[in-house]
Amino acid sequence: MALNTRLVPRLDIKGPNLVKGIRLEGLRVLGKPERFAAYYYEQGADELLFVDIVASLYGRNSLLDIIERVSKQVFVPLTVAGGIRSLDDIRSVLRAGADKVALNTAAVARPELVKEASKRFGSSTIVVSIEVIKRGEKYEVYTDNGRERTNLDALEWAKKVTELGAGEILLTSVDREGTGEGFDLELTRLVSESVPIPVIACGGAGKVEHLVSAVVQGKAQAVACASILHYNFVRQFPSDADIAPEINTAHIKAGAGYGRIQDTTLADIRKSMLQSGVRCLHRAREAS
Amino acid sequence: MSAKVAIVDYGMGNLYSVLRACEHVGIPAEITNDPAAVKAAPAVILPGVGAFEDAMKELDARKLTAPLKDAPASGRPFFGICLGLQLMMEKSFEFGTWDGLGLVKGTVTRFEAPVGEEGEKLKVPQVGWNTIHRPGGEASRWKGSLLEDLPDASRMYFVHSYYVRPTDAGVVASTSRYGQIDFCSSVRVDNLFGCQWHPERSGTEGLQMYRNFARAIENGTGNKNG
Repeated sequence: MALNTRLVPRLDIKGPNLVKGIRLEGLRVLGKPERFAAYYYEQGADELLFVDIVASLYGRNSLLDIIERVSKQVFVPLTVAGGIRSLDDIRSVLRAGADKVALNTAAVARPELVKEASKRFGSSTIVVSIEVIKRGEKYEVYTDNGRERTNLDALEWAKKVTELGAGEILLTSVDREGTGEGFDLELTRLVSESVPIPVIACGGAGKVEHLVSAVVQGKAQAVACASILHYNFVRQFPSDADIAPEINTAHIKAGAGYGRIQDTTLADIRKSMLQSGVRCLHRAREAS
Repeated sequence: MSAKVAIVDYGMGNLYSVLRACEHVGIPAEITNDPAAVKAAPAVILPGVGAFEDAMKELDARKLTAPLKDAPASGRPFFGICLGLQLMMEKSFEFGTWDGLGLVKGTVTRFEAPVGEEGEKLKVPQVGWNTIHRPGGEASRWKGSLLEDLPDASRMYFVHSYYVRPTDAGVVASTSRYGQIDFCSSVRVDNLFGCQWHPERSGTEGLQMYRNFARAIENGTGNKNG
């Protein structure tokens, strides 16, 4: 493999909470995002991805306080997605301590925003998030967390945003998201081979092997995952008020996980990747 | 005289993570676009992401070029990061030929069609973690620099399409490898240090560089222990 594959824990945020849903819906509260972020940093996460899961629905962004707190303790790149509509929005998210922003709905509504943003903040700061649902043989772009059709073809859109100056593509298969059925490898490979910029595969990781496949077969440069890490973390803290305070997580703590999800740790993911010949850097961080 | 380290703001990229890292290791710092503040600061950090040409134009427009060119002579610690390192060079070949600050002899060039070990095409920009190495493997090479106390092959976070090629191999502080291209990933000249990676986003090892920078500021030199 070419470069060290990045492992990116994805933290879906609703209000003050880390949540997790299935196909971007049916959210459950898992705990305080700061706790999860600090833990993944210590465990050697390469980056963190925060998604304000309701922002584009209600037109607010409650993520800034969380980002500000996290950025004081976590010194790996932080990407923020969800509800970012303008250059001013981008500026305020960066000011809070984020390193990159991911644009989706706003980019589809006005593609020129990608160009303006990459010129103003640098391409490496601007990620375009592409959420895809497969319809027949066609991969179609959706916005608003998989609610709105756009009639855009995912491959064409990926090429377009690259020309407009996007630095990376965050590619989410809505069909697979939260299901644990594995990434859409064909989609991932098609997009990655269509553009010169890195692709972060997202949506569907249910076990370690899925992440390895996203790199080997899907040709992704980075993989994002949520449930398989979150459930493992939740299981370790059976009586912590900051973690899973509002729901009955007995089934998770008992090791049942959720459906197809076989929870794991960043260290185990790296081990499997290295065994499969996928390059990644391996080391937990010491507290600093 | 300002007691705060100047993080130079010329409208290119995100400076807040640099400020956070300074705060974390106890460096009093401020984000500023005031040439007088840059001139008076005990040390200067030049960060930045984006295009070389735009960056030089923005520096010129804010009258920041002169106080930055003054850096070597002033003897104050100077730390260029990412695009900041590239701006330290004499010339860049990014979409044309552009003059840089000329603090370090050499040029800036693009990763041209990089390929991996198995001949596969690599992505440009390079985004992600890579390791940094002492040129020639000399153990003493990082002594007294911002890289002091770091092990060889420390991992750092990179985002870039271009890299620097100093004329004098002696100023190369570290090398890294992208596919089959060995490139200079940091330079050190007297009180100047520049790195292509983002130390403020490179975890514990990156923070160690900021701690070394704090010590260099205390000593009034650009590199730890003078």
